[in-house]
Amino acid sequence: MSDLLRLENLTMKFGGVTALDDVSFAVREGEIAGLIGPNGAGKTTVFNVITGVYKPTLGAVMFDGVSLAGRKKFEITRRGIARTFQNIRLFSEMTALENVMVAASAHHRTTLPEALLRLPRARREEHDGYDRAMELLNFMGIAGRANQAARNLPYGDQRRLEIARAMATTPKLLLLDEPAAGFNPAEKRALAGLIRAIRDRGLTILLIEHDMSLVMSVCENINVLDFGKRIAEGLPEEIRSDPKVIEAYLGAPAVEAGS
Amino acid sequence: MSAWEDRLAERAGGLTRQVRSRTGGLGDKWRGLPNEARIGIGLLGVVLLYLLPYTADYSFFGFLRPKNSDFVGVLFYPIAIYVLVAVGLNIVVGETGLLDLGYVAFFAVGAYTTGILTSLHASVPWILLLPIGLIVALIAGVLLGTPTLRLRGDYLAIVTLGFGEMIRITANNVHWLGDARGISSIPKPPNIRLFGHTFLRFKRLDATADYRLALTLIIIVVIASRTLERSRIGRYWTAIREDEDAAELMGVPTFQYKLWAFATGAALGGLSGVLYAGRVNFISPDSFPLELSILFLAAVVLGGAGNLPGVILGAVVVGYVPERFRFLQERRVMFFGIALVLMMIFRPQGLLPRKVRGSRTYAGDGTAGSLSPPGAPT
Repeated sequence: MSDLLRLENLTMKFGGVTALDDVSFAVREGEIAGLIGPNGAGKTTVFNVITGVYKPTLGAVMFDGVSLAGRKKFEITRRGIARTFQNIRLFSEMTALENVMVAASAHHRTTLPEALLRLPRARREEHDGYDRAMELLNFMGIAGRANQAARNLPYGDQRRLEIARAMATTPKLLLLDEPAAGFNPAEKRALAGLIRAIRDRGLTILLIEHDMSLVMSVCENINVLDFGKRIAEGLPEEIRSDPKVIEAYLGAPAVEAGS
Repeated sequence: MSAWEDRLAERAGGLTRQVRSRTGGLGDKWRGLPNEARIGIGLLGVVLLYLLPYTADYSFFGFLRPKNSDFVGVLFYPIAIYVLVAVGLNIVVGETGLLDLGYVAFFAVGAYTTGILTSLHASVPWILLLPIGLIVALIAGVLLGTPTLRLRGDYLAIVTLGFGEMIRITANNVHWLGDARGISSIPKPPNIRLFGHTFLRFKRLDATADYRLALTLIIIVVIASRTLERSRIGRYWTAIREDEDAAELMGVPTFQYKLWAFATGAALGGLSGVLYAGRVNFISPDSFPLELSILFLAAVVLGGAGNLPGVILGAVVVGYVPERFRFLQERRVMFFGIALVLMMIFRPQGLLPRKVRGSRTYAGDGTAGSLSPPGAPT
């Protein structure tokens, strides 16, 4: 499998704070990759750099063999990277369906005059957007909520809606930022199944998650960040027993720390 | 809020609930009606609106008429003009969430374009000014929007406020624009004849024809605005209002669409200005004060930003009420101010606040019915 996404020596500084320090790793096409690390390690910063929210101080993001440097956020999305947000950011006054339809028109080209006169392309794309949006709501199991305002959806459905909305932009790579936050164990298991189902639709997934059982059960390759540095990469079993990872999460054993 | 305000708000809330139980959720009943019934009632309403000037001839309708003023004239200005302006401003403020405090500038651009081209420097037929004024204002919108729409929130508000003043002050000081003396002898619109019958006969004293022309344009603009609202364009605008960053990350070129919204709003402001100039015959920089921008914005916010029926109602109220209470003389401004303050305390979302709309457009068209699970609303 070839690399779909490659981070090359990413450094991100905010004033005197180094959020990312020379981070490099790759995500292979078709895999479910994990990105873990303690709070404040820089995981969401990685997502923000990939999606163009931040311009990296140094280094480059290569997607599908092309550098994303200098591209606008919406262009990056149109090239095939979609994401969800750690703190839910739906269009809360719009219905669930409209939320997804906004994203579904990422590749549409209807202009204002066309929409005004309801010309053929406007109508065709409107139907296409509607069909794809309904299909995704169905896939996520929230089609019954299509016409409810996003803000009135139960928390879990809002998380699902965020994933449906991201998928509507027809991405190659889906970035999930703590999708299981606030879920109970049963919901987490269901989410694991869903993530695999998304991959089976041909998407590549990069997952930020704090819940280790979820990460260990779905991810095929895991990268670990700590204080902005990549400290480990490997299969779930390797990560689980890696002393550097254990130290990052639990701190150094008292004896060693004292020596 | 202090305790008494809370208590008052509670009272007012109880009152609105009572009114609502009396009217029995009129909006829901309306939406429950079959399409034909809604179209029928809508058409009847439109016909009544066209006939509204005749009420001036009957003393029975006396309660509608402002004392000592020309009712039909009031129907045209401020009411109809405010409605047209508010529908345009609603696209900018209500749908896209861009706070524009200088909207009067585009109204002035439309009016001055009319003055310059029909009276001051040329004698272009007035009717051509409808498209020309619209396009000139649209260009003004793009020119102002391109540098300023990179700003957000308060900063955008301040810049637009400045632009509104710039236009007025420029008009005041540039000789070519008629400086402080303004532009006079703007011709009235030509009579509109179709099939040998004169439909609209524009007169100096009687505003009936102007009102009907404005009403026609309002209907067209409302339908157009509705169509856009329910298209990709309208969804993009709303998404930008709800969360600009998230919208951009979902593939929305936010800057481009903010510019579209701004320019569309500007074009409608310009159109209103052309109509206004055709009626009043004389314009000067004093016709376009800052207060007018504030009033336009008040109409949108008071009615319910983002909800067309609300915005129209808001414009009617803001236009009509001060005229109806003209007998209070200058005190009416104070009462109007108090009324606005009370509104913002008790009903900050506006008279008819926007509701999240379901995708009614698709009801029963059968395109994707099979995709929704049984019982799911479509």
